[in-house]
Amino acid sequence: MPFINHMIFDLFCTFPLKKKIRMPLLEFTSKGIYCSKAGVYLDPWKGVNKALISHGHSDHARWGSKHYITHEINVPIIKHRLGKISVNGKKYGEIFNINGVQFSFHPAGHVPGSSQIRIEFKGEVWVFTGDYKTQEDGISTPFESVKCDTFITECTFGIPVFQWEEPDKVHDSINNWWAINKNDKTTSLLMGYSLGKVQRLLKNLDPSIGKIYTHGATEKMTEVLRQFIDFPETELITRETTKKELEGNLVLAPPAVLGSAWVKKLGRLSTGYASGWMSFRGARRRRAVDRAFVISDHADWQGLLSAIKASGCENIVTTHGYTEIFAQYLREQGWNARTEKTQYEVEMHETISNQ
Amino acid sequence: MKRFAKLIEQLDSTNKTNQKVAALTQYFLEAPKEDALWSVALLSHRRPPRPVTTKLMRSWASEITKLPEWLFEESYHIVGDLAETIALLVRQEAKGKVPSLSQCIDEIINLKPKQESQKKEYIFKRWKSLNNFERFVFNKILTGGFRIGVSQKLMTRALSKAVKINENILAHRLMGQWSPKTITFEELILNPNPQDQISQPYPFFLAYALEEDFQGKEKVINWHIEHKWDGMRAQLIIRERKSFLWSRGEELITDKFPELDCLANILPNGTVLDGELLPYKDGQIGNFNDLQKRIGRKSVSAKLKQQIPIVIMLYDILEWEGKDIRSYPLMDRQDLLAQLFEKYDGEKIPILLSEVLKFSSWEQVAVEREKAEDKRSEGLMLKDKKSSYGIGRKKGNWWKWKSNPKTIDAVLTYAMRGHGRRTNMYTDYTFGLWEDNNLVTFAKAYSGLTDAEIKKVDQFIKQNTLERFGPVRQVKPELVFEIAFEGIAPSSRHKSGVAVRFPRILRWRHDKKTNDANSLEDLKQLLP
Repeated sequence: MPFINHMIFDLFCTFPLKKKIRMPLLEFTSKGIYCSKAGVYLDPWKGVNKALISHGHSDHARWGSKHYITHEINVPIIKHRLGKISVNGKKYGEIFNINGVQFSFHPAGHVPGSSQIRIEFKGEVWVFTGDYKTQEDGISTPFESVKCDTFITECTFGIPVFQWEEPDKVHDSINNWWAINKNDKTTSLLMGYSLGKVQRLLKNLDPSIGKIYTHGATEKMTEVLRQFIDFPETELITRETTKKELEGNLVLAPPAVLGSAWVKKLGRLSTGYASGWMSFRGARRRRAVDRAFVISDHADWQGLLSAIKASGCENIVTTHGYTEIFAQYLREQGWNARTEKTQYEVEMHETISNQ
Repeated sequence: MKRFAKLIEQLDSTNKTNQKVAALTQYFLEAPKEDALWSVALLSHRRPPRPVTTKLMRSWASEITKLPEWLFEESYHIVGDLAETIALLVRQEAKGKVPSLSQCIDEIINLKPKQESQKKEYIFKRWKSLNNFERFVFNKILTGGFRIGVSQKLMTRALSKAVKINENILAHRLMGQWSPKTITFEELILNPNPQDQISQPYPFFLAYALEEDFQGKEKVINWHIEHKWDGMRAQLIIRERKSFLWSRGEELITDKFPELDCLANILPNGTVLDGELLPYKDGQIGNFNDLQKRIGRKSVSAKLKQQIPIVIMLYDILEWEGKDIRSYPLMDRQDLLAQLFEKYDGEKIPILLSEVLKFSSWEQVAVEREKAEDKRSEGLMLKDKKSSYGIGRKKGNWWKWKSNPKTIDAVLTYAMRGHGRRTNMYTDYTFGLWEDNNLVTFAKAYSGLTDAEIKKVDQFIKQNTLERFGPVRQVKPELVFEIAFEGIAPSSRHKSGVAVRFPRILRWRHDKKTNDANSLEDLKQLLP
């Protein structure tokens, strides 16, 4: 009898068991990064039953899944972006178990509420970074290194020409620029990505120079974050706002406004744009702004390398950015590195204006 | 060097002409004269001879940054500019004394004859002593080419404000071949000696492409019409029994066209003429490509002179009896030129007179334009009969009304990353035409699309790459574009056997499939 039982067990289970043993903990499928053990997806680009979300940017937190799990600060952010969704918030470091797989969120330092996602099963650990930076920005919980065997990393700025300056220096030059414009009775239009960048800029503006106005998209997202972060006061620009009121003050807005009718109503302007892409002279000139500020919410070349070293990983998967170049370099340095295709967009200066 | 780098950074970081002029003026007022002179030289595309090859600079940069060479090259392809790539990669704390601009350029000039190891030592020293943007400017001086959105006109305007000398006079003084090595700021700009100026050309006057509603707004009787000759623009100067020939790029090209030397003894002293160099044999205007063969050579052999004889087709006179007459109305200058020409007509000298045509209706002008191919011209020139001879490109008095371009539908086959403003996007395209079942490359083009279209094509290229060769990607043949071009001639140097002039993208043919594109045979049908 035990013998027959064993036979039946074998008949039914051998194939799937063997298959499961060969399966990696995370797979790259047509819907997203999939953990078959737990039946969940990480930052899926198609609707799924259960999605673990690293952060609120639109290419990582997409619409259409039945249930979302993310860091608690990211909950109001994706609710704001995705509308009525079923979502569950976790604290950093809080371990939760799905089908015997242990998951936890860890600070990625990218934007408020952004996480690396740690996955552990039978002693094997993977980390999916989402997007991250190793610099501290004053509004996001700073990046924390997590030990792992396999590190799935972004590499938006994964070539060595990208080396960020001290953020303080950049913020100083932004405030200087504003002060000079104020003297010239010129309004400063400072543009950056609506979630993360704009709040980081806002946090470091010097309100003693003047008033800070906002575009609607900027104001709403900032409002969502005010419950967690202390920001200088802002005022939303409305139809009633006059050029005279704005004169010499600073306006925060998403980059898409450049060249729009909305901008024309702001009066005499000096335009500034904050992005890591502004490292490139060509990008600065193509943007056609008066001032470009090199400041990024992604890791630069050294940041990427230091994060990889600190993770103690053996295997690396590069997902978006200069994936092939970066993986080749890592292989030469002795890591087991490969690239996988995902649908996370690299927020190039070209594509930003469409968002 | 610090001051100059600061200036370039300022010029680079604004789009507003007024701010650029203000920054330049301020610089000219403050900078030592030697530095100001070198700045004028660099901004008018005059640079010291290149002391090292870019290949060496690349390998040194990868050495100093301890990066594998392939990674340096990849970075360079992405950045799109060598000077900038090196500046971004070689980040060291700036230490050591920084020389002035003119000192630094002297160092670069003295570097040329030195040994490779000394050159390397010097360049490493400078890379380490300069900050990021200074390093970029230093590399730009080494590799040449300051394209920073400052035209010569704008620079001249700023200089004029700083030294308080009329802009037109300054533009004239800055013409021709000069080098800060052999002339001072005082001698070139402030107090030039007339004796040193006998070869000095006038700034060329340039035409704009005709605007759409032009004929509706203008009376035809106010306009003198000529054919737009398809050669090389040149200014011929006869002073003190010597002749000087200048190209539009302000190069002295007297040596390349020795058959014009005889004019020094025939035409009166104190004569400056504007015209077009054309290949001309047996009473026939030749092909532009033939002219290029002559320009390409270092010395002109007797055989070449015989194969491709040259004339100058005259259409304007700027100086007469030693007097600058650019302010005379065009019709008076044209009369004077015709009288001058008449004196020598029939003699065997290499000059022709561009015929001035007058019409009573724009329809007649349009009919004349249709004759362009027969007359071997590119179309028509429309000149305001009362206008003076201006400086540079100024709207209003001279217009070019080119013949409609020839067009052909071709398939996008390869793409390369752009440079400058187009860095990091695939904007330089190669196009193929069908020959049996293959696409044969026939032209490269990089303009004509809107920014929105460029974005879409860029995206397509990134997603449909078949193979990568450094900065070049082979693309799945799927997109069809209508390519326009000016001239077409047989060529043994091109794989297709045909050379087209000034190819550019006319439109993206979304409606066409790859199989609808034209064949190489279709293109050859267009050969004259």
